[in-house]
Amino acid sequence: MFKYFEPNKIFVITSRAPKYVLFLFVVVLTIGLTEALILSPEDYKQSDTVRIMYVHVPAAWISLGIFVSMALLSVGSFILKNKNFALISKSLAPSGFIFNIIALVTGSIWGKPTWGTWWAWDARITSMLILALFYGMYLLAWRIYENKGQVIKITSMIAILGVINIPIIKYSVDWWNTLHQPPSINVLSNSSIHMSMMIPLGIMTAAFALFSLLIFLMKYNTELIKVKNKGLDRL
Amino acid sequence: MINEIISMNGFGAYVWSAFSFTLISFATLYCVTKLQLSKEQKRFASKFGSLNEEKARAAKSQNINREILSNTFKI
Repeated sequence: MFKYFEPNKIFVITSRAPKYVLFLFVVVLTIGLTEALILSPEDYKQSDTVRIMYVHVPAAWISLGIFVSMALLSVGSFILKNKNFALISKSLAPSGFIFNIIALVTGSIWGKPTWGTWWAWDARITSMLILALFYGMYLLAWRIYENKGQVIKITSMIAILGVINIPIIKYSVDWWNTLHQPPSINVLSNSSIHMSMMIPLGIMTAAFALFSLLIFLMKYNTELIKVKNKGLDRL
Repeated sequence: MINEIISMNGFGAYVWSAFSFTLISFATLYCVTKLQLSKEQKRFASKFGSLNEEKARAAKSQNINREILSNTFKI
């Protein structure tokens, strides 16, 4: 099955896709921003600060999703000895890191008017900061180590160790008494968020997912061209 | 209407700074990634240009190399 995902075969798609993904991203983001900033209602308690949710929540969701994907790919590259998995994981990391930073910064901005503080060492916020450190270590390791076999092992270990933090982030608001509110959206039971807010949140999540896909494709193409550059040296 | 959107019931500074930070982060990451991609494509094209005829033919026999070259010349 993995032969269909060989870089030589999928490069034709990955090299042409970014322009279409960029177009789709701009369209979805424009609709999402209109919904989030103008059309969606204010909250009865938090007033207009609730609009920060439309950037904070999708950024947090996607940064968690990307890290889980990186950990799964790392397990795959360990077990199947497939270097392409490591390349995919490396290409996902920059957008995951940026989304993590966006979640932390926008959360801090949201915290000031609602909690009265920019920062609190509360379980959810601290565990998100730890995730940012894992992202940072992962990206740094790729820059520091020259030996390819060694860097794949080290970055895979970082991703696999870091994924232990994901359930801690998810359940921190249930396990500890935190400043951060409990989840408003639940896949398995009824969500406490109204449809008028759920729609812009969904559109913004789609826009953010498209952006991470765009960055992933561009980064993956860069990595493949780097490999091919080395190939030309060996000719 | 516009004043209401800008002031956001007195929370405009918080809301707009959160959205601005997000969009500036997106633009920065996009530009950095695009720059890295263009640099690698140009490096590939210059290396390819320095190959002799036989090596260039061998390199061009791979689909991926042809694809990289065609994308490079579109920049």
